[in-house]
Amino acid sequence: MVDGETIGERVAALLAGHDPADRLEFLRARFDAGLAWVHFPEGLGGLGAPRELQQVVERELAGTPQLDTGVQAIGLGMAAPTILTFGTEEQKKRFLRPLWTGEEIWCQLFSEPGAGSDLATLGTRAVRDGDEWVVDGQKVWTSGAHHARWAILVARTDVDVPKHRGLTYFVCDMHAPGVDVRPLRQITGEAEFNEVFLTGVRLADSLRLGEVGDGWRVAQTTLMNERVAIGGAPVRRGGGMIGLVADTWRSRPELRTHDLHQRLLRLWVEADVTRLAGARLREQLSAGQPGPEGSGMKLSFASLNQALSGLDVELRGEEGLGYDDWTFRRSDSVDFFGRGPGYRYLRAKGNSIEGGTSEILRNIVAERVLGLPSEPRVDKDVPWKDLPR
Amino acid sequence: MTLLYTEVEEELRASVRDLLADRCGPDAVLKRVESASPYDMDLWKTLSREIGVAGLLVPEEYGGAGASAREAAVVLEELGRAVAPVPFLTSSVLATRALLQVGEKDLIQELASGETTAALAVSLAASPYRPLPATVTVTDRGTLSGEVRAVAGADVADVLLVPVGTALYRVAAEHVRIEVVPSLDLTRPIATVTFSDTPGEVVGHLDARKVLSFGAGLLASEQLGVAEWCLDTTLAYIKERHQFARPVGSFQAIKHRMADLWLDVVRARAAARNAADLLAAPPVPDAAAAVEIEAASAVAKSWCSEVVVHVAEEGVQLHGGTGMTWEHPLHLYLKRAKSTGIALGTPGAHRDALAVLADLPAPA
Ligand SMILES: Cc1cc2nc3c(=O)[nH]c(=O)nc-3n(C[C@H](O)[C@H](O)[C@H](O)COP(=O)(O)OP(=O)(O)OC[C@H]3O[C@@H](n4cnc5c(N)ncnc54)[C@H](O)[C@@H]3O)c2cc1C
Repeated sequence: MVDGETIGERVAALLAGHDPADRLEFLRARFDAGLAWVHFPEGLGGLGAPRELQQVVERELAGTPQLDTGVQAIGLGMAAPTILTFGTEEQKKRFLRPLWTGEEIWCQLFSEPGAGSDLATLGTRAVRDGDEWVVDGQKVWTSGAHHARWAILVARTDVDVPKHRGLTYFVCDMHAPGVDVRPLRQITGEAEFNEVFLTGVRLADSLRLGEVGDGWRVAQTTLMNERVAIGGAPVRRGGGMIGLVADTWRSRPELRTHDLHQRLLRLWVEADVTRLAGARLREQLSAGQPGPEGSGMKLSFASLNQALSGLDVELRGEEGLGYDDWTFRRSDSVDFFGRGPGYRYLRAKGNSIEGGTSEILRNIVAERVLGLPSEPRVDKDVPWKDLPR
Repeated sequence: MTLLYTEVEEELRASVRDLLADRCGPDAVLKRVESASPYDMDLWKTLSREIGVAGLLVPEEYGGAGASAREAAVVLEELGRAVAPVPFLTSSVLATRALLQVGEKDLIQELASGETTAALAVSLAASPYRPLPATVTVTDRGTLSGEVRAVAGADVADVLLVPVGTALYRVAAEHVRIEVVPSLDLTRPIATVTFSDTPGEVVGHLDARKVLSFGAGLLASEQLGVAEWCLDTTLAYIKERHQFARPVGSFQAIKHRMADLWLDVVRARAAARNAADLLAAPPVPDAAAAVEIEAASAVAKSWCSEVVVHVAEEGVQLHGGTGMTWEHPLHLYLKRAKSTGIALGTPGAHRDALAVLADLPAPA
């Protein structure tokens, strides 16, 4: 049984044997010591320990090199749990360590111009050719593709069956010939996401994750984890976006009005109860995969972040009329909290779209948590190739 | 420290729920609240004798169960789920907490058994953050005179605990006029309590803010129970009720509202658990910890007050015509919801308190 004490010993041994000044070497050693994600199996960066013990590790290693959770978000939050659940032993050994240390960045090639919420209609084709697959199609809104070494990819491998059944899940080599990444400028002025054109991209069959035709089920694991990753991040009391706004409020009494005060207090309460619900969910989750409840946390995170970032701009009055920088540039990482208030306000608009829109998440809560009947489905039994597009 | 329920708490919940299912179904509550004695004192005696709820917060040395706010919160959740007309909140939480605070030892033993019932003679609408209105005074002869309105649990109390200034007086109910007035919440009636030359005895000095804040933090758990019943009942109804050849629960406009209600209730549960957990800690002299505890109660009570009313109101709406009928128990829950929203500080009062507790000062 791994407990807090074992973890303490491991941490001590890690610190004794490795110099945190060498960032990469230290992170690799931390992974090898099973202190990357303690709930993962031994040999894969973990100790097979209860998930909540991760907090102990984070506390003990707070002063050592940290991951860049912005640029590594998709790898850590989505690729890793999916590889862990569906990958072969070779795939796990090959991908997880450089993913965790940040040596290899990941992106997510799911959405397409014609398939967003209705992801299962996607049309990017993967056709088998001996030991390889040949991939053709176009993906869109791909965050961080410009940094990525690898991608998780869902493609259509059978057009003759209904949409959910003809999909297969791959790891895509972003350095393979035929992968073309083009920046897409967004509402904030920068390009955090991209269009990705895939033309005759050849992927070895060893890059397939899960069975042929089972891509939808594999993707579900990714999506559930994505929602927890976006909405379920631990925040301390008064931290995150409410902390930013509260600091302005405290330090600038001249900005205070009664109306804003009432709104701030309401949002303070909402931020606190949302934080507590996230903490409670993590306690429940201490082992096992996130369920549809995680969608609820993402839903509340999105509306709260939007309300708070909107209040922040308004609170600042004159300063709220300005903007830090409209330069068109490729962003370094995903950052909901950085930069100026105008940027945060605009970036927060994505919180209710990325990783499943709030409408889709409400459907998921209603159907899978509350057990309400689904709406009539007109496309359920129609082969994908016969669907109107 | 956990926001989940412990095994012991789940066992306590199961025994309270079983008993309430037997003795306090919606039909029984409806019939009772229309009778001359809306409180179910037989049920109360059983709850106290068999499960020991009356003495939950009383230390073992005084004949209680020596449990904490966490267990009391679980009982409140179940009593809320059943809108049970019993004086747990008024006698076993508010009055008991006041006696514990002043260090009284005799009456508390009687309360612990459930054989004697007490009520704190303050308005149910009293806010922890305002001084209690001075409507009762001490005469030259040392007797009490004056009145307190909207006192819950007074009509079934054997003893009234009356704050006058910082003193807490103990008064026997037979020396007091207690007049039940029609109340919005049929399951927790209120009364006007009148003192005229009433003999009383000082039992100690009371910090009313602390007691009321404790009560408010725990009332959030009762509100959670009320909200959960409304959510579950509405969910069952819209799955079964068909219009336009479909269950009405299959329409997205309805599903999305239900998803939002669920999320509100999920957060209410986390907030109520957090308050109960912090209130369960033994009293500490540390000022920062005291602020944190009070803030947790204020957050829980303000959030749960709004959620419970919203869920109950949506419940009535989504039941259509059925929701407006007297036969359907939903109205009992709506009435309980709305009145608990006012009780022990409105949501706005608790948010205003947070301005100080969380250092978010109002404009000058
Ligand atoms: C900042 C950002 C980053 C992103 N990063 C990535 C990424 O890295 N990889 C990736 O694959 N994708 C990414 N996406 C894409 C994202 O997943 C999609 O935008 C999202 O799933 C919605 O799809 P859509 O844009 O096609 O909207 P649509 O599906 O066309 O929806 C349009 C509107 O209709 C509503 N709607 C659709 N269907 C229903 C329904 N059944 N019921 C009710 N309302 C409905 C939607 O809620 C929305 O309001 C990103 C998006 C953003 C904003």
